[in-house]
Amino acid sequence: LANNRKIRQGKLRLQKWYVPLSDPQKKKISREVIQMVLARKPKMCSFLEWRDLKIVYKRYASLYFCCAVEDQENELITLEIIHRYVELLDKYFGSVCELDIIFNFEKAYYILDEFILGGEAQETSKKIVLKAIEQADMLQEEAEAPRSVLEEIGLT
Amino acid sequence: MPAPIRLRELIRTIRTARTQAEEREMIQKECAAIRSSFREEDNTYRCRNVAKLLYMHMLGYPAHFGQLECLKLIASQKFTDKRIGYLGAMLLLDERQDVHLLMTNCIKNDLNHSTQYVQGLALCTLGCMGSSEMCRDLAGEVEKLLKTSNSYLRKKAALCAVHVIRKVPELMEMFLPATKNLLSEKNHGVLHTSVVLLTEMCERSPDMLTHFRKNEKLVPQLVRILKNLIMSGYSPEHDVSGISDPFLQVRILRLLRILGKSDDDSSEAMNDILAQVATNTETSKNVGNAILYETVLTIMDIKSESGLRVLAINILGRFLLNNDKNIRYVALTSLLKTVQTDHNAVQRHRSTIVDCLKDLDVSIKRRAMELSFALVNGNNIRGMMKELLYFLDSCDPEFKADCASGVFLAAEKYAPSKRWHIDTIMRVLTTAGSYVRDDSVPNLIQLITNSVEMHAYTVQRLYKALLDDISQQPLVQVASWCIGEYGDLLVSGQCEEEEPIQVTEDEVLDVLEGLLVSNLSTPVTRGYSLTAIMKLSTRFSSVNRIKKVVSIYGSSIDVELQQRAVEYNALFKKYDHMRPALLERMPIMEKTATNGPTEIVQTNGETESSDSKHMPSIAQPANQANDLLDLLGGHDVGPVIQTALPTKPASAGGELLDLLGDLSLSGGPAPSPTPSVTISQPPFLLDGLSSQPLFNDTAAGIPPMTAYNKNGLKIEFTFERSNPNPNISVITIHASNTTEADMTDFVFQAAVPKTFQLQLLSPSSNVVPALNQGNITQVIRVLNPQKQQLRMRIKLTYTYKGAPVQDLAEVNNFPPQSWQ
Repeated sequence: LANNRKIRQGKLRLQKWYVPLSDPQKKKISREVIQMVLARKPKMCSFLEWRDLKIVYKRYASLYFCCAVEDQENELITLEIIHRYVELLDKYFGSVCELDIIFNFEKAYYILDEFILGGEAQETSKKIVLKAIEQADMLQEEAEAPRSVLEEIGLT
Repeated sequence: MPAPIRLRELIRTIRTARTQAEEREMIQKECAAIRSSFREEDNTYRCRNVAKLLYMHMLGYPAHFGQLECLKLIASQKFTDKRIGYLGAMLLLDERQDVHLLMTNCIKNDLNHSTQYVQGLALCTLGCMGSSEMCRDLAGEVEKLLKTSNSYLRKKAALCAVHVIRKVPELMEMFLPATKNLLSEKNHGVLHTSVVLLTEMCERSPDMLTHFRKNEKLVPQLVRILKNLIMSGYSPEHDVSGISDPFLQVRILRLLRILGKSDDDSSEAMNDILAQVATNTETSKNVGNAILYETVLTIMDIKSESGLRVLAINILGRFLLNNDKNIRYVALTSLLKTVQTDHNAVQRHRSTIVDCLKDLDVSIKRRAMELSFALVNGNNIRGMMKELLYFLDSCDPEFKADCASGVFLAAEKYAPSKRWHIDTIMRVLTTAGSYVRDDSVPNLIQLITNSVEMHAYTVQRLYKALLDDISQQPLVQVASWCIGEYGDLLVSGQCEEEEPIQVTEDEVLDVLEGLLVSNLSTPVTRGYSLTAIMKLSTRFSSVNRIKKVVSIYGSSIDVELQQRAVEYNALFKKYDHMRPALLERMPIMEKTATNGPTEIVQTNGETESSDSKHMPSIAQPANQANDLLDLLGGHDVGPVIQTALPTKPASAGGELLDLLGDLSLSGGPAPSPTPSVTISQPPFLLDGLSSQPLFNDTAAGIPPMTAYNKNGLKIEFTFERSNPNPNISVITIHASNTTEADMTDFVFQAAVPKTFQLQLLSPSSNVVPALNQGNITQVIRVLNPQKQQLRMRIKLTYTYKGAPVQDLAEVNNFPPQSWQ
């Protein structure tokens, strides 16, 4: 079970919680973890001990991706999970950058939810995940299409 | 009403805000607009508004007024609405709020929707945040979907089932039938999530575990799948850096671990595949190492044959040499777990582990330190300690306390010589002296006391350390104590181990007094140094100077110090005759279960200082009995309760006696302290007896015996049986002196084996007159309920011609009638 987070210079871009916590609790945890991760130097390893969990983090350009996992989790494969998610974003947005995630945060969530469910990976094939997103996007467009046409003509 | 602005527009606008206040203003404005839009029940733009709300929520602003709107979106028929609605539910709702239950019906409907992507949304939401109630209501639907042939839904259902089981463990059973052919799927998504589901079930229920082992023959199935993954050629869909579906491989290895644990058959069935994975996996990238890591964990946890275990440890050893610090970290963690069970194998990698002490990463350093301590043994102690002390010198403060404790522990267990041991302690105290734990001080004191032949060397080294630096309190405390004890050795230059220093009594007293006045000294340290000064009054000749210091502190503001000084003053005045005995050299202390000598002292909480470290010096005679206990062999000896001093005034001396009466000594279960104010007899011997020793007619006929006869001192025992308790023997000692000089300050002590209990009453006097001109008599009562053979060890101390004399003896020649 993990929480995923993307952080940039202390600003949270995405967060996914797989355990029930109140908003203030989530805020506190996020603050703490962000602080700890930003304090890490480049030469340090990607794992942090925090409370009874392990934080696995990896930096991609200006973004940090963090997972809080239970003690018995394999940290190295968690790094691979993080990497897979970034690859998915990259494939979807085409050379993803931070702005993509800011302006399309809901898509980032959708992709995450096709890859991970309840804290565990549900699909190990990149192709299948991306295909599912693609299909769902098309479904969404079909639903939206009529309305936006009407709007264009000025008939709301 | 104009259309609400689009999400992207809002994001763009908010990002232009230059200050937090500006941002807040924008947010508030937009929230107000959204609120009114919600109030108007606008279906068209609800989706857009909720999306904006989610964005603002992510920035940290409250969004609870959107919760119900999310539910409305979920209930909508439009896919776009549902997508945002479910996302909103996962972000804004949680199971602690009742409103989440309103979702249940929608989810139920959507689980049966004709579009699989809608079903997927429902499964995802349920599997992420479903409460126990929701899980209970919807488990049946999930179970149905677990059996579908649609792999897109099946894999989600499996993980949803995992969540249900975690929330409502009792529901686990109902998913069992559906698991039957999960592993025959080709689809990797389903395989992966099925393995996760099976893992969850096996971890939760031993019955399930057995069922899957025996009935379903899970192990062969998993082995087959794993084998296919490894042997099959390049599969583009699942390839990661040349390895086929590492995620699945790792999950399978983890499930195998659970199945193989404590089960010989299962372990044997997986032996080959584990060896294969361990030897064939590509190690150039992280992904290969992730698999190897999981393999090692599995090998160590199951009943693998020794060859496989060695293979695993060697993999970890190679990990330690990897450039990637993550790999090194993981290796150290694993080695720490196995160091107890596979000690020898891990020892082979000791030098690599020690090198990791120099790593830059804090987590790696910590693990390397823990592992290093675990690997210390009698053979490598010298080398290891050198590295660890070097580490202690240079490590971060957060490590120092643990490292110091570890060094002390290791030194105690494996010290090759006493000198080395003392040197090591000195090194720690001087380099990390402020970080050592509080309980180190009494432990070290005890250690030093027991290293008799090193006293001169120790006190010299400690003295020299004090000259350099008096800021580290534990060092100062230990040093003060030692100087107080062994100051005579210091000034007489008796050190053999190194060049003895020339130091005068005055110089020593200067140093100790310096501690008293220094701002760096804590109150505890001041107490130590005052006591040390006092002790030197029997070791040094500059008694007047000491008297002066002591009397000055009689009016100290510090109550502790004042109290001590007042009592020491009393020792100089009224009780000067007791001073030598009280301030005598400490005997070897027996270690008690936890803290060492400090534990054994209980006070009646009154006037005498409550600092337990102070106690041993005043409680001298009782600790000497402790020595006897030690000599008899720790487990043999029962508590000795004695009254050793002849006088019983109500002032300071009286309290001393109280303490002696209250002392519970090691070697047996400590009896609860008797809250006495006078010399009291312990209840067990009361038995209706008065405080006078009972002398029955000696016609009971037990012959007297000579217990001790040496250097002119003769001690005879005479026996009586006490009435009415036949288990009690009453022994009277008669001490006589054939030499031409008196034996003064005479103290007799005795200890008996555990099955006995012993009580010493007051002696008639403490002077054995010369030339047989008189006796000291003292009564001993022995309770012997098991009627065992009486043995006794006795200790005699006295002053003869100005010099202290001490002797120990065994008394074994008791006549049978005295104990039968």
